[in-house]
Amino acid sequence: MLRFENVGMRYGVGPEVLRDVSFALAPGSFHFLTGSSGAGKTTLLKLMYLALRPTRGLVHVFGQDVSMTPRTELPDLRQNIGVVFQDFRLINHLTAVENVALPLRVGGAKHVEIDSHVRELLSWVGLGERLDARPSTLSGGQQQRVAIARAVINRPRLLLADEPTGNVDDRIAVRLMYLFEELNKTGTTVVIATHNNALVEKFGHPILRLDDGELSVRRKLDATDPS
Amino acid sequence: MFNRQSDLPFERDQSTRFLPWIVALMVFLGALMFAAALVVSDAVDTWDNSLTGRMTIQIPEHENSDDTVPKLAGALQAIKGIAAVRVVPDKEARALLIPWLGDGVVESGLPVPSLIDVEIAAGSRIDPVLLQARLAEIAPNVAVDDHRAWLSALIDLARTAEVLAFAILALIASAAVVAVIFTTQSGLAVHAAIIELLHQMGARDSYIASQFQIQALLLALRGGIAGGAAAALVLLFFGWIGRGIDAAFLPALTLSPWEWGFLLLVPAGAVTIAMLTARVTVLRALARMP
Repeated sequence: MLRFENVGMRYGVGPEVLRDVSFALAPGSFHFLTGSSGAGKTTLLKLMYLALRPTRGLVHVFGQDVSMTPRTELPDLRQNIGVVFQDFRLINHLTAVENVALPLRVGGAKHVEIDSHVRELLSWVGLGERLDARPSTLSGGQQQRVAIARAVINRPRLLLADEPTGNVDDRIAVRLMYLFEELNKTGTTVVIATHNNALVEKFGHPILRLDDGELSVRRKLDATDPS
Repeated sequence: MFNRQSDLPFERDQSTRFLPWIVALMVFLGALMFAAALVVSDAVDTWDNSLTGRMTIQIPEHENSDDTVPKLAGALQAIKGIAAVRVVPDKEARALLIPWLGDGVVESGLPVPSLIDVEIAAGSRIDPVLLQARLAEIAPNVAVDDHRAWLSALIDLARTAEVLAFAILALIASAAVVAVIFTTQSGLAVHAAIIELLHQMGARDSYIASQFQIQALLLALRGGIAGGAAAALVLLFFGWIGRGIDAAFLPALTLSPWEWGFLLLVPAGAVTIAMLTARVTVLRALARMP
């Protein structure tokens, strides 16, 4: 599904923010990505959703070596990756429905298919009454659910979420986690970047731990892990 | 609900507000230039066809015996490449002097040379020097007046004006390209976050470029229609003024129906240039993304 081999990443001539990162995610797996601020979580996620190319090492996505894949074929890979951004990145002039429909539009789906899928999903995340609301009129939690709905609308093979529970209370955070688990049960590989150790502990999925640009894979949290 | 043409909020993009005005101005100037080129081209063709296919033979009064003109006419008819020969009647030749000498010249005894109008066959060339030498055997002081000789300078001037008009048209088109590039690059900068998001979702470059292309089409169309309409009004006005001017050699300031149709190429060209420029600019910018 996803494999990193000795990946290093630096911005310009600065120091390496990721060093010799190697790991593999099996199809249908569920991982947390943890690490203190500045450890390189966002950079690692960007490499996973192909927003960056590594300065060294190999990245394989869905069995394809990204560095050998022609640029024209990358959109096909990206269409199979759903991303929930920490800052949601909803488009303000579009309604909730139109925001969620974007990945389907981009993928060339027909309007009729888009309409039924989007309404159904927004209702499922509890926003059935706010279909035509613009992001600026939605609460932080509602915006987050729109962002999550947008990330999962086209049933991606890989779902990456950067602090998806950062702006919601614990009750909503747990509900969102159940939503990700539901999606995971349908075969989607999930990686959740979070600082929330309580959630990590509660759901007990394996952890990709980043410390100072170096990655380790663990079965559970250490007592010494910072939140 | 999903009929939205664009994912990008172009209506909030300040730089796009100026593009229709710029295109309108360029289409206006371009259409006038193009019309000027067409008018000059028409005039040159008219001069070319009506005058350069002709020569006039002048026989001085003192050499004009009874049989000189018929002999000369006969000799001319025998020359290959001459389509028609017409002896200009004396009254008609004198009438040519009326603008300078007044009506009395027709009945006066003023010595006037005899004239023979020669029409040269289409595609043929007659060397006036050789022709004069040949005719001089019959009338030594005969003069061959080749209209092309004095008209060629005028035609050259007109052709230069025509080339200049097209060069200015090309400059206007270049300026339009620069304006569209600037507007598109500004749009790319303003909407960078949404473009990055679409790119991350797997949008192909052509998907994003087509949104800029459609936007450029709509803006250029608005400007093109306004500029084209303004140019049409100005040309109609010039045509109306031109009707009152009676100058044989001045080009007619009116356009034929097909030339009006041809003039539509200017706004159509502006719209096409705007679309293609926007597309190429966006595709080149997106090619730098991973």
